[in-house]
Amino acid sequence: MSERVPIALEVNGETVARTIEPRMSLADFLREELELTGTHLGCEMGVCGACLVLLNGKAVHACLMFAVQAHGERVETVEGLTERKAIADIQEAFHNNNALQCGFCTTGMLVTAHEMLSRGDILSREEIRDGLSGNYCRCTGYQAIVNSIETVAQARAVAGAAPSKPE
Amino acid sequence: MKARAFKYVRAETVEAAFDAYAEADGDCVYLAGGQSLVPSLSLRLQAPAVLIDISRIEALTGISKSGDVLRVGALTRHAEMLTSPEIARHAPLLRRAAPYVAHPAIRNKGTFGGTIALADPAAEFPAMTLALDAEFEIAGPDGRRTMKADGFFRDLFDTGLEPGEILVAIHIPVFGANDRCVFHELARRRGDYAVVGSGIQGTFDGDRLLSARIAFLSVASTPVRARHAEAAIANQVLSPEVIAAAQAALSEDLDPEDNEETSAAMRMHLARVLLGRLLGQLGRADCMHEGVHA
Repeated sequence: MSERVPIALEVNGETVARTIEPRMSLADFLREELELTGTHLGCEMGVCGACLVLLNGKAVHACLMFAVQAHGERVETVEGLTERKAIADIQEAFHNNNALQCGFCTTGMLVTAHEMLSRGDILSREEIRDGLSGNYCRCTGYQAIVNSIETVAQARAVAGAAPSKPE
Repeated sequence: MKARAFKYVRAETVEAAFDAYAEADGDCVYLAGGQSLVPSLSLRLQAPAVLIDISRIEALTGISKSGDVLRVGALTRHAEMLTSPEIARHAPLLRRAAPYVAHPAIRNKGTFGGTIALADPAAEFPAMTLALDAEFEIAGPDGRRTMKADGFFRDLFDTGLEPGEILVAIHIPVFGANDRCVFHELARRRGDYAVVGSGIQGTFDGDRLLSARIAFLSVASTPVRARHAEAAIANQVLSPEVIAAAQAALSEDLDPEDNEETSAAMRMHLARVLLGRLLGQLGRADCMHEGVHA
């Protein structure tokens, strides 16, 4: 048993402090210490993308870093993105297109979609598929997911709205 | 799938990292981006007593040009290799390879120096340091030294880094007005490990290629330079005949092994196909104007 260490970080806009084992992954920290279970654990090897969160505004695998590494940093999970309505239109498009089957991968897909769409580019289907290459849907529901992201990309372009803040 | 318990030390300076290394008596590993290391710890392929986090050491960051050398800090993230104007201008081969490095989320965290220090033979950037004739700036407890990319990759995950040493920066000769470069890889799925990949950088005099460096990934236990193929194209116009000669010479450079997914013969065939395509592209005067897939 290694010595536990204190950490403090910002999660979904609030500062949280805990004392944890250094070997605890950020994903386990979010799920077990903070009960933010929207961050899913699939492969725990950085392949499936179910655990994606934003670290200082960039999508990263919460299974591929230890919580202690996030000390002093800013983390946002799918719960935070949902609460501040940063992904409301993406969620609506997923809903309308039934862009899920079992739904396990959905939260990671939403985080990826958010980062992709936050760049403000007009995304081709090929670019969307490329962007999704780090996310596995074991039910193979990609078609509807790509359709949803494409729909939002076009809607945002038409609205001329500034892309939502990549935070 | 959980790492064995370890003591975590965050080093703010290179010297502090060496102190932590000495204190751990070698039973430790350095952590940078962690995109390969963390799964390795989770699978307990590695189980050090101490994890030394070097990811916030300021001296290992930054991209700067000095004279005709581009210095890329080891902690430069793969995502920055895609977006940095300095990389695009002075080391476009890395810009061309960057979209093929894993997935966006891995690129947000993984580091340029980390992938080179790990030396995965299937990774894009280690091989490209061979094509670029890069030089590595290495710090150790006993001082600093430099080492050429040629000779650095010794065996599978085995490099010229001695125990305790840290890769500080990568020095790359800046891209010249008469230089051209190309990169491509063949993979079953975007972002997946390549069955075979290659990058080439060459210097031209008009249509004539003066010299070129050809590097392959995913063909052996280390990144590989194709020296015989390079010799076949040096001082030549890249005609179909010259390209065919380079493809034929490749059998003297590569000796892939069979594995579960791909036979040696298949991999050799694909390497020849890839080399042919890349040289065809390199030979075109407008090759540097082609769009780069992002």
